[in-house]
Amino acid sequence: MAEVSCRKVVKEYDGGVQAVKGIDLDIADHEFVVLVGPSGCGKSTTLRMIAGLEEITGGEIWIGGDVVNDVPPRDRDIAMVFQNYALYPHMSVFDNMAFGLKLRKFPKDEIKRRVDEAARILDIGMLLDRKPRALSGGQRQRVAMGRAIVRNPKVFLFDEPLSNLDAKLRVQMRTEIKKVHQTVKTTTVYVTHDQVEAMTLADRVVVMNHGIIEQVGTPQELYHRPTSRFVAGFIGSPAMNFLPCRIDEAGGGGLSVRVNNAVQIPIPAARTSRYAPFKGKEMVFGIRPEHLTQRREEGRPGFEPVELLVDVLEPMGMETMAHFFVDGAPVCARLDPATEAAPDVMLALTADMNQMHLMEKDSGKVV
Amino acid sequence: MSATTADHARTKAKTRKNSLHKQRLWALWGSYAALSVFVVIFLVPPFYTLMTSLKSSAEISAQTGSPWMVNHPSLDNFWYLITYPNFQTYYINSVLVTIVTVAVSMVISVLAAFSLARMGFWGSQTLSTGVFLTYLVPPSLLFIPLFQIVGMLGLINNLWCLILLYPTLAVPFCTWIMIGYFSSIPKELDEAALIDGASYMQILTKIFIPVAMPGIIAATIFAFTVSWGAFLYPLAYLYTSNQMVLTVGIISDLIRGDVFQWGKIMAACLLASLPPIVIYAFLMDYYVAGLTAGATKG
Repeated sequence: MAEVSCRKVVKEYDGGVQAVKGIDLDIADHEFVVLVGPSGCGKSTTLRMIAGLEEITGGEIWIGGDVVNDVPPRDRDIAMVFQNYALYPHMSVFDNMAFGLKLRKFPKDEIKRRVDEAARILDIGMLLDRKPRALSGGQRQRVAMGRAIVRNPKVFLFDEPLSNLDAKLRVQMRTEIKKVHQTVKTTTVYVTHDQVEAMTLADRVVVMNHGIIEQVGTPQELYHRPTSRFVAGFIGSPAMNFLPCRIDEAGGGGLSVRVNNAVQIPIPAARTSRYAPFKGKEMVFGIRPEHLTQRREEGRPGFEPVELLVDVLEPMGMETMAHFFVDGAPVCARLDPATEAAPDVMLALTADMNQMHLMEKDSGKVV
Repeated sequence: MSATTADHARTKAKTRKNSLHKQRLWALWGSYAALSVFVVIFLVPPFYTLMTSLKSSAEISAQTGSPWMVNHPSLDNFWYLITYPNFQTYYINSVLVTIVTVAVSMVISVLAAFSLARMGFWGSQTLSTGVFLTYLVPPSLLFIPLFQIVGMLGLINNLWCLILLYPTLAVPFCTWIMIGYFSSIPKELDEAALIDGASYMQILTKIFIPVAMPGIIAATIFAFTVSWGAFLYPLAYLYTSNQMVLTVGIISDLIRGDVFQWGKIMAACLLASLPPIVIYAFLMDYYVAGLTAGATKG
């Protein structure tokens, strides 16, 4: 068990392309941290630098209190699970799991004990004699996890381990990974581009973009208090609605978000002082689809009526997604599945402005 | 109305099925015909060799009867060769040269290919291309300058000159084959092994060699063929019976002046072909593609 730290870590490839631009990150012992971001944001490169599979151009990486910049992967006491499993095809499941222990010259009975224990945790005891080609995708990924568990390393590294599985299996394996972490409690760094995976698994989520860390926080923090437009848009599915707006003065000393002549929504009194410096400025108004509903909330502070023309409806069983366009910008709302909304008909909605976000137009910073 | 449409659709589907069936049949006949020509071209010479090897000199030179048939089959030619000390020497020399050549070539090729394909050092790409370019130089161009080198080393008419020279012919191509195989192994396998605690040598011996076994066998067959069948180099560099290998030994010993001992020559050819046939048949069993199945997402 160990903590992991990145101090001003830079990765620059030949030709001067910077994949990681000086990130700082501290991961506590036993913590499950997920690095999330779009393709090319530097999350996998960061993980590979922690693993020792990529050289570090600048900065320091610490594992368990030691700088490991020049320590080869085998001496970092880490274990990694790859996206495409990376099982040794000519070895049985047992040998795959035992490989690392054999190289480290563990006694045979200890190897057997550890493999059996990992197989029990992962429920793959009956697969130990099989070759990887005789396993399904989910079973292969379990074996890959088993190979990591048996080593009892300081840190687990997962590089998009569920990306190759089908949607149903992904959900199942996600739960299993969480269960394994609850059992073994090893410090874990997990890379994914799937924000749902990040939210469900992580103690803390690190959102990366263009080689920098946009925000670090618990899933709830990122969801409710994003610090940038990127994080606000990346976390949450469907994504947050963004509308260009101006902050106008409303009656009674209040403020309002003015999207256009037809859509002008009062800002709750509790936020007036916070947004007052931006009066008259061009900003971006953000509201999540789940805060744009058909519920009748008249009179409750912060719940404001909005009327929009329905473009498309997507019934999903437990809810129906309604899509609109406001001045050419797409807007999505989560409706009750029993909604009577219809395309090309005006729909009365309620916007929960207590959950609104306001961002600077140029920097994207949430104010 | 609808019944007529359904009938029409059924007839149309049946016609399409029949035409597909016919097309497939023609394709089958075509491939059988092409294969028959291929089989005849490649199997007639060995058949003729076998027939002639079973004949006595008198029967070979007799003008009567079909040359494709044997009237009085005998194993005398084979027995003569098996008990002929010179032939035994050629055989042992060929086996020795080939075993050492294959072993040396494979060790060099596998190590070279692994470092070129996986270790990604400065200039590895250029070096890989260079390795292949050396294979493009025809061996017949090299034997004169090589004669000088072999002479300087004092290895003319010495079996060891072949052991020195054959790997120079086999290594470039074997390395090229192995680079291809090693490159096809997912990068994550060596990364997983590195994290598991393996050194580069352990990655090579415990992961790459078992996984790339089809490639190693292909390269081994190539190195074996280069060494066993080479004619020009032993002809140029060896001239005494005790140093000769099969390819030159057979013609220099069994053609005396203008007398061709066809029966013995053919029997010697068959005996010389035996190791390649046995080795090909044996190794082909292991030449199974898809050994990497299951390593990564397929």
